[in-house]
Amino acid sequence: MSENTQRKEPLTDRRKFILNMARGIGLATLGGFIWSAYVDEVTASTLLLRPPGALDEADFLSTCIKCGLCVEACPFDTLFLAKPGDNKPVGTPYFTPREVPCYMCTDIPCVPVCPTGALDEQSLMTEGKFDINKAEMGVAVIDAHSCIAFWGIQCDACYRACPILGTAITIEYSKNERTGKHAFMKPVVHADVCTGCGMCELACVTEKASIFVLPKEVAMGRAGDHYIKGWDKEDDKRVRDAEAKTTKTELSKKPAIDSLNEGLEDLY
Amino acid sequence: METLWNNYRYLVLRRVTQLTLLVLYFGGNAWGWSILRGNLSSSLFLDVVPMSDPYAALQMLAAGAVLATDLLIGVAVVTIFYMLIGGRAFCSWVCPVNMITDAANFLREKLGINRVQGLKQPASRKIRYWVLVLGLIISAVMGVTAFEFISPISMVHRGIVFGLGFGWAAMLVIFLFDLFVLKDGWCGHICPLGGFYSLIGRFSLIKVHHDEAKCTLCMKCKVVCPEHQVLHMVGKQSAPVLSGECTNCARCIEVCDDDALEFSIRKLVNYKTGVRDENNQ
Repeated sequence: MSENTQRKEPLTDRRKFILNMARGIGLATLGGFIWSAYVDEVTASTLLLRPPGALDEADFLSTCIKCGLCVEACPFDTLFLAKPGDNKPVGTPYFTPREVPCYMCTDIPCVPVCPTGALDEQSLMTEGKFDINKAEMGVAVIDAHSCIAFWGIQCDACYRACPILGTAITIEYSKNERTGKHAFMKPVVHADVCTGCGMCELACVTEKASIFVLPKEVAMGRAGDHYIKGWDKEDDKRVRDAEAKTTKTELSKKPAIDSLNEGLEDLY
Repeated sequence: METLWNNYRYLVLRRVTQLTLLVLYFGGNAWGWSILRGNLSSSLFLDVVPMSDPYAALQMLAAGAVLATDLLIGVAVVTIFYMLIGGRAFCSWVCPVNMITDAANFLREKLGINRVQGLKQPASRKIRYWVLVLGLIISAVMGVTAFEFISPISMVHRGIVFGLGFGWAAMLVIFLFDLFVLKDGWCGHICPLGGFYSLIGRFSLIKVHHDEAKCTLCMKCKVVCPEHQVLHMVGKQSAPVLSGECTNCARCIEVCDDDALEFSIRKLVNYKTGVRDENNQ
């Protein structure tokens, strides 16, 4: 009886407030996790090429305001803002070299218009002047299996298309043993010079481009601080900045005979 | 004809403003016009004046980005502008989503969904402030501008200026949500940008003013208002609509047959007394 009447009593203000706050926090947590999961998914795409001067992808995603001023500034309609359904971080600028590459304007109109600094002018400066050759939009990669120059057919389309011809892409000559009288003229990309503009990718004559631009983060490895070109003075300096990390295996205190036979019991 | 104009003048002006802005932004991208370039997230007016979305900038700050000077100037321009003319004037005069939710609301009334659901709303209008804070928290945790990746406002506007993609789906979701789930659902309950502009607009100069002496208690204003809680003084006392949640859409002004509601420049001194000042009418 008393229990029933208690149940029907209206909630006190205090209780109501606490319950409402709990509801709010619960819903916020629920929504927050769904929201976070979605944001995590849509920003996971790493295979896209940014305009010149773009910050590292992580910084770029926090700094780009998605206004499209770079897109409007580009005279070649190279850049696009990712649309919903493109499976790229929505609203951020990118380009597809096989369709329209970056034509490496010397005045780099897409960069100074950026209101947030997601496209960094300073990273493209040499002695106070714009230098588009400093751009690091990506790096061209060659698939030697489908590149017809590697088959022995003469083609230097990518080499001719390269705006830093002879430096970013060079031609390597070697003897074609199969015919015995011809030469291979194989294109070689130099990753330290290549800007990732993608003019080679557009020029490539194969059905699907055999030379294509990938983001540097995707296409390149990293030797780490343990491997130094001892013959190169510049590289030698790296030792000083190397993060000293030694790995040490503790000596076993067991007698060798036990140690060697350990774990073999299970095999019999 | 005159009554028609009288009853819809602000609605027409708002649609004209919204569409003009869309055309100017579209022209900025498609035809190289220099009046407005960019989109509502950040833009350039006449190639000189930067304008940037202050809530986007807050998310960037939370995400750990370094805010550039151009961005800060743009944020200041937008913030001061809406602080003067009423924060949520953005919502009813600029934002393209307003046309979608107004359409949903119109259809909702015509189909009689309001009568099926009743006027009791199952959701709080404070949700938008929770979403606003949540957006900043997720930005901080994930290191990206969280709301900018789901914002239907940016998606729709960017879609119209730069290419829509599946952005139509975002439009449809909002339309259906407002039509069938919750009256004034997106703009009046959830949108954190609206919540943000509510906070900014609290102290704005342009306010709707209610004159109780003229009011005949027909309550047309409360029916038409997308944020009817801001009209709590109607029929009770002469006072300005001070809540920042008022979008200054002026629908209440044009539906009032008794001229009991009018735009006024806010009295900075004696508004609390609620005494009508003839000079400001």
